[in-house]
Amino acid sequence: MSNKVQVAVFVNGKKVQKKVEPRLLLTDFIREECNLTGTHLGCEHGVCGACTILVDNEPVRSCLMFAVQADGCDIQTVESLNSVDGPLNVLQQSFSDNHALQCGFCTPGFLMTLTHFLIDNENPTENEIREAISGNLCRCTGYANIIKAVQQAAQILQKEKSNSSVVSAQ
Amino acid sequence: MKPAVFSYLRPTNLQEALMFLEEYGEDAKILSGGQSLIPTMNMRLSAPAYLIDISRISDLNYIKLDGDFLAVGALTKHKDIENSDLVKEACPLLSEAIRWVGHAQIRNRGTVGGSIAHGDPSAELPCVLTALRGEIVIANVDGSEEVLVPEEFFLTYMLTSLQPDQMVKEVRFPIIPKESGSAFLELARRHGDFGLAEVAAVVDIDDEGHLLNVKIAVGGVNPTPTALEQVEEYLIGKKLTDEVLRQVSDLTQESVDPESDLHGTAEYRRELAGTLTVRALKIAVERARGGNNNVQ
Amino acid sequence: MKKYVGQSVKRKEDYRLVTGTGQFVADIKLAGMLEAVFVRSPQAHAIIRHIDTSKAKELPGVHAVLIGDDIKGIINPITQFESHSAVPPNVAKEINPKIQYNDESVLAIDKVVYVGQPVAVVVADNRYIAEDAADLIKVEYEQLKPMVDPYEAMKEGSPLVQNQVEQNIQMEFHLSIGDAKRVEQQSNHVLKARVKTPRLSSNPIETRGVIADYDNRTDQIHVWSATQLPFEVRATIAHCLGWTEQNIRVTAPDVGGGFGPKGGVHPEEILIPYISKRLNRPVKWVEDRLEHLTSARQSRDQVHDVIVAYNSDGTILSLRDEFVVDSGAVNFFGFTCAYNTAYHLRGAYKIPNYDIKSRIVLTNKTPNVPFRGAGRPEAVFTMDRVIDMIARKLKLDPVEVMKRNMIQAHEMPYDQGILVKDGARLIYDSGDYPAALNQALAMVDYEGFRERQKELKKAGKNIGIGISSYVEGTGAGPFEGALLSVDSTGKVIAHLGASPQGQGHETVFAQIGADALGLTPDDIVIKVGDTAVLPFGAGTYASRSAVNAGSAMHEASLKLRNKVVAIAGIILGTLPDEIVIEEGKIFSKENPSHFLTLQDIYKRSRPAARPPLPSEIEPGLQVTHYFVPPTVTFASSVHIAEVEVDKETGFVDLQNYSVVHDCGTVINPMIVDGQVQGGIAQGIGSALYEEVVYNESGQLLTGTYMDYLLPTSMEIPTVKKGHQQHLSTRNPLGVKGVGEGGAISPPAAIANAIVDALSDLEIVINQLPVSPSRLRGLIKEAEKKQSTILSK
Repeated sequence: MSNKVQVAVFVNGKKVQKKVEPRLLLTDFIREECNLTGTHLGCEHGVCGACTILVDNEPVRSCLMFAVQADGCDIQTVESLNSVDGPLNVLQQSFSDNHALQCGFCTPGFLMTLTHFLIDNENPTENEIREAISGNLCRCTGYANIIKAVQQAAQILQKEKSNSSVVSAQ
Repeated sequence: MKPAVFSYLRPTNLQEALMFLEEYGEDAKILSGGQSLIPTMNMRLSAPAYLIDISRISDLNYIKLDGDFLAVGALTKHKDIENSDLVKEACPLLSEAIRWVGHAQIRNRGTVGGSIAHGDPSAELPCVLTALRGEIVIANVDGSEEVLVPEEFFLTYMLTSLQPDQMVKEVRFPIIPKESGSAFLELARRHGDFGLAEVAAVVDIDDEGHLLNVKIAVGGVNPTPTALEQVEEYLIGKKLTDEVLRQVSDLTQESVDPESDLHGTAEYRRELAGTLTVRALKIAVERARGGNNNVQ
Repeated sequence: MKKYVGQSVKRKEDYRLVTGTGQFVADIKLAGMLEAVFVRSPQAHAIIRHIDTSKAKELPGVHAVLIGDDIKGIINPITQFESHSAVPPNVAKEINPKIQYNDESVLAIDKVVYVGQPVAVVVADNRYIAEDAADLIKVEYEQLKPMVDPYEAMKEGSPLVQNQVEQNIQMEFHLSIGDAKRVEQQSNHVLKARVKTPRLSSNPIETRGVIADYDNRTDQIHVWSATQLPFEVRATIAHCLGWTEQNIRVTAPDVGGGFGPKGGVHPEEILIPYISKRLNRPVKWVEDRLEHLTSARQSRDQVHDVIVAYNSDGTILSLRDEFVVDSGAVNFFGFTCAYNTAYHLRGAYKIPNYDIKSRIVLTNKTPNVPFRGAGRPEAVFTMDRVIDMIARKLKLDPVEVMKRNMIQAHEMPYDQGILVKDGARLIYDSGDYPAALNQALAMVDYEGFRERQKELKKAGKNIGIGISSYVEGTGAGPFEGALLSVDSTGKVIAHLGASPQGQGHETVFAQIGADALGLTPDDIVIKVGDTAVLPFGAGTYASRSAVNAGSAMHEASLKLRNKVVAIAGIILGTLPDEIVIEEGKIFSKENPSHFLTLQDIYKRSRPAARPPLPSEIEPGLQVTHYFVPPTVTFASSVHIAEVEVDKETGFVDLQNYSVVHDCGTVINPMIVDGQVQGGIAQGIGSALYEEVVYNESGQLLTGTYMDYLLPTSMEIPTVKKGHQQHLSTRNPLGVKGVGEGGAISPPAAIANAIVDALSDLEIVINQLPVSPSRLRGLIKEAEKKQSTILSK
């Protein structure tokens, strides 16, 4: 039974090394072995997106990966977005400002999908945002405020970027 | 929804993977992206005793030109196809179709080889491959290779000719000439769902708009993706008049035999196959006419 | 003084939820905790012949396996919730209900009555092992004929779902005013139609979950449940297990959406505490999505047969409706949904002759409970389809027929001549329905749309517009309480019984308290969802929390303020009337620069010998208020959907959605708009995508998210919102409920819009969801009919 395998990953910048059963889902590894419960399980068959995390900087559904598959990978979860008890990052703050969450259960998945999306899409259209979040289900908000939040975050990030490039140019 | 116990094997090269397959055969499943396999394991609809994780075999992740083909390594991820300029140039139909595969998170993990080997008749890549008359390169444990065409490879719903000790190594999409026009169309209940029906089409036309060459396949409406040979033959030398399109729709509907399910009756899907074929042809011809097979 | 009420104050609960530090049931970890998994019936209706658990029990890591026989005579079954299904005597007199007792054992005993019913439970070190063990349990069933169609179930001699429920009719009632039959006979225009609403699954993204932690020394048990009704869970545990209620503490931590079904107490909420006590260890069960789709309570599923008489100008003279509710295998909520349907059906319309009969039928499906709207979406879909059908028969614009029948503003308060479920007279307290309709029509430029529609028709495009309106009794009692105290830091701590599932209670109740107390929302800490603190509480459902708990918060805050100013008066040597509280500063009007804080008042309020408080002031700063509403208060809304239909494929593109709504005083506009948008998204789901489907043998066909289709961001437009504010006359804040409203009208508005887009085909859509396949079928049928007429 216990043909455990060694898994070594970086989770939010920290190295984690554990012996686990090969069947342990990556979500359960993060939640149970790393004690990071911000990553949620919503459907466990790859549809709802609540368990979305970044593996080597790509958003993936952690319920459709075994922990052992992530061996050697760099993992980021919602807990990486801001420092403990520290201020919210731009995207998190935009979610709060725009009431882009109600129960908040699906929110970490959205945040991780969007964290990646906003890197490549500095000035996304509404349609691009809708497409980007179409793999994440939310049952409370009806999505409208999530889209607003992304628009706000994109604007702020763009401004920050141009400011910092001005600074560096000086 | 937790998978049953299995043993995990992680070969580092193709030869090792094939040896594992030979040894464990029927009790083993290949794990590449896992986007189709793991849901079924979480539901315990499948419980393989061994999983052979081939994702670390690095030399199977490539997109390259090879003669008349765009050769794609089995472990190439959907997102790599989506982001590839080479694919856009050489096989815009594939670029267009890939965006219909699930959602971004799925495309980040799912692989080309996995999609082909899974044999789902409503999946996008098999439909494109069938339309283009592409090839599937299969690796045998003795080091030999076989090259199959889609017709030989896709046997029926979720079943391919792949033997337990074989592996898909490469998928070869014929290059689409610049002057051709192509189109991929799909209708699904929601964005990202498997299509109720889907069509992949490539055409060449002359200056007057007569069709010189047509390749077209439908997915999701037969046990395997299906090349519409009757439609292709019928169209040679014709222009897309209303009457011709009506005939195309009828011929398409005669070539498919969909099943009823929750999302649509057989009758509906049959008709939809006809409608989408007509629409896809119109777009493909329009693109060929523009001399600019531009896929947005 | 209104300072914070009416502001879009940002939510206090957001920080933890966007940082991944919220605490949902699944996130709770206790030392030595075990995990449970349920074995569920694969059969819709069958006798349990034998269960072999031996192999499961032998599996290493397994701590317990229980089946029905193990709890027979030990755990009482769950039965009707009295708090929700009691029929007041005056209502009983009016509707003459026939009720038959029904129940559900928390593990099936002797027979199973729906797919997904719990048959056995396994407790193991973790969920993986528990599932391994569950696979080893072998159950032999002897199939019985499943009852899937409620009409067949009602037939004399049909097999019974529950042996004691004759003809499978758990409850029936008849409500009638005027003489509809006579009016029909005398009318030139009579419309008959059958209108159906689909069976739905609520699907909060957090599934259900329960943890129980029994403490041997004190005989107390702490239960965490993803519930909307912690107090009902506590009462049901006490009832089923025969435990002392005060030894049971139920906490609803962060709850990830509910929408109704998390308010139906489920078998797992009884069994997990039982097992925790038996094993003397903490035990956790978290529902997985497949379990949610099969076993979590479902909803809707009504069939209406209506007969409507009307004049040639569109005036409705009478409406007769016989409807059947397919309640699945058990009905826990009595006539809640059915009577909601009956008393809401006429909505904003005056229909003097009204006759409605309801039968709640048991079938071999997952039991039904209320789900966002609770009987109203069914009523509104029926009524607004009727309006639309009448308009099309008379070749009138539906707006004209709506206006012809609408209750006018000057008629408010309007008495509909029947009773509300709570026994009060059904009197709409405030609202201006014609004005709301006009406002909505202006928002969408209705005339302009009609012009555009004609133009596009010429180009072969089919766009359509559809309207629906509703009047909704919100803020149902019986009560909600607030217990306020001030602590040594000067913070106000408010405990309320109504726990949220995303509605922002921690923020809105703080806004209410801040205004009443002269504080800021940050000075007030809201605590919700814990039965340990308040003796009585109900929960969050029925669009009731702002009305009930909000009013309780308001009144309790005023009580606390009275006490604060009394003590401040003593300290400052002035009359309480002279005291002002602003932004936490407490001072005499005469001398604002010399102020006290709540901390000062707290110190002075402590029991002490020197100086003592006057005997008429009780020591401590603690007050409680229970708000009991006289009856519901009526919110209302007009929804307009704009669609384009692809005739060839049956695909519907929902291009615009607009709404004008009245929920009285708006406490937090941002949150209200969020509730409306979210409700509409669920309504769009039931209009176009969602349906729980069983086949003829009672097998569930929609057991995964590939089959049960929740709308994504690509399917839900951003709703245009307009507001009306007609204050409630039934609570001190003037608020009306808003939680459910959004979900009520979309099916009717969208169906009407589709019919409108295809008006030349004269199709009728009285069944949901309007899937492409279904719609294409209707289009083809209509085209065939037209071509035969033409060829004749």
